[in-house]
Amino acid sequence: MTNYVVRRLLIAIPSLLGISVILFTVLALAPGDPFEELATNPAIPPDVRAALRASLGLDDPVWTRYFSWLTAMLRGDWGYSFVSRVNVDQLILARLPTTLAIIGASQVLALAIALPVGVMAATRPYSVFDQVANTLAFIGFSLPTFFTGLLLILLFSITLDWLPFVYRADLTSTGWTWWGEQIRQSIMPVAVLGLFQGAAWTRFVRSAVLDVIRLDHVTTARAKGLPEGSVTLRHVVRNALIPVVTLVALQMPTVFGGAIVTEQIFRVPGIGSLLISAILANDTPVIMAVTFVFAGLVIFFNLLADVIYGWLDPRISYS
Amino acid sequence: MAGSTLASATASPAAARPRVTPGAEAWRRFRKHRLAVVSLVLLSGIVLAVLVGPLVWTLPVDEIDFSAQLQSPSWAHPFGTDDLGQDILARVLHGGRISLAVGVAAMLVAVCVGVLVGAIAGMSRGRVDAALMWLTDLFLSLPELPLLLLIIYLFRDGLGQIVGPEAGVFIMIVAVIGGFRWMPVARLVRAQFFSLREKEFVEAARALGASRPRLVVRHILPNALGPVIVAATIDVAAAIIAESTLSFLGLGFPPDIPTWGRLLFDAKDNLDFAPHWAIFPGLAIFLTVLTINFIGDGLRDALDPRRVL
Repeated sequence: MTNYVVRRLLIAIPSLLGISVILFTVLALAPGDPFEELATNPAIPPDVRAALRASLGLDDPVWTRYFSWLTAMLRGDWGYSFVSRVNVDQLILARLPTTLAIIGASQVLALAIALPVGVMAATRPYSVFDQVANTLAFIGFSLPTFFTGLLLILLFSITLDWLPFVYRADLTSTGWTWWGEQIRQSIMPVAVLGLFQGAAWTRFVRSAVLDVIRLDHVTTARAKGLPEGSVTLRHVVRNALIPVVTLVALQMPTVFGGAIVTEQIFRVPGIGSLLISAILANDTPVIMAVTFVFAGLVIFFNLLADVIYGWLDPRISYS
Repeated sequence: MAGSTLASATASPAAARPRVTPGAEAWRRFRKHRLAVVSLVLLSGIVLAVLVGPLVWTLPVDEIDFSAQLQSPSWAHPFGTDDLGQDILARVLHGGRISLAVGVAAMLVAVCVGVLVGAIAGMSRGRVDAALMWLTDLFLSLPELPLLLLIIYLFRDGLGQIVGPEAGVFIMIVAVIGGFRWMPVARLVRAQFFSLREKEFVEAARALGASRPRLVVRHILPNALGPVIVAATIDVAAAIIAESTLSFLGLGFPPDIPTWGRLLFDAKDNLDFAPHWAIFPGLAIFLTVLTINFIGDGLRDALDPRRVL
């Protein structure tokens, strides 16, 4: 098992390097000087500016710049935010837990919807339940997250006045009231992301279960006289989850995209809203670092999916 | 999907039917998907409205009229007005042209790149295939939205100076969205090529002396197109969502060009007293994307040769 995980880790390294090359190429090809905020500031005399450029290595050949940039990124030396005057890694570390909490909760919600509904729909194909679930799933993933977010705000915050529509990081209460307020303000962001993903996954689960349910080993399990519930859970769902895990891993970039939009709508202080505000403020070091963190998160979740995949599918050998 | 065989072989359709063309057969299957047919009608209506609408509904999109600020829907302004008194119906119709154009153009970019990469990978074995698939997997694990935002942030001004702000943003958004959506098409085409190139009819064509380009263009590609058409349809919806997302974040088209996402961006701070401003553009995006997705589902039923109805 450890062997398998280590091998997967080694395979992830080239992808991370590839992403770093793409990121750096984008940065290097960009017209103008991304660091001109500092370099064109009239308060800085030309010789200081030249020294600054030299110290930042802006005049070196491209590949030297790439390697110095990469080693700096890997050492955790992500630079200094032009706007907030704080180290970028502190800025990101302070906001990452919020993002991960919102994304994690929404994925749990999505799975809690997709698994039972998908399995129920597939075990009764073309029934009324299946057709209703299928139509709702289509509606669910055709509703873009930014529109559902606005609709939920309109309904629950403005019309009904049940939930707050601005996520606050500085709640003053303590203990149970803090948890209560935290949950109340998290409901809408989590629901927006979770319902969208849940709708997409319901269709994955349904088609994967439909593929497995017609196989011979399922017929055998029924012929042995196993109760239907145990056939579905032990013999169908476990095998159907294998392709679902792959599809869920492929969806991770979309999930993070949705998280950026959701954080922006509800003003959740996570790294997604940090990215948007950094772009609006031309804060290049923060933009690069947040993009890199998102890329790293996608790779990490792909890795996690590979490990789960190996656990679910006995045909994959660990050695 | 699970890679195992079915319990029983499917019965062969033996009955002698009158000869039908593949197109007619696909249309016959497509019509059985009721929601897809309804969607096709609805989407045609939306496209027609967007194309012809601005000629019929001639209120200007950018006429500022402070006496008609933030009005609810009425006969004079069926979708209401925004904070500058601009007619929202006119802006939705006009914005639809841009949103749909971006969707279709980005889909074309994605499909062209995807078919090219998939075909090269599918026809060559070994290193070229492995390298192209590594690239495809790499692109699949890129965080799409952050990178889109990063590229637009870095290149927006430069390209705008070369070809003008509107054309520059259009070209960039299309290229970038298309450039991040070709991977599923490439995988589909490669998988199709892998199975098709071993088929007897391809071997027969090769035996008759057909060159490799002719084999690909005349014999393999037409047979691989079914899933590509389905993926392309769904890509239009995804590209429309991607463009609307960029505009919604305030980083898509400039403020004076009303795309559907941009209208929502402008409306989101006025939700409490002008909900109509957000609801109509949002509904336009939702209906367009939903109908395209249903049509894609219908096309999958219609174009999947393995399916026996």
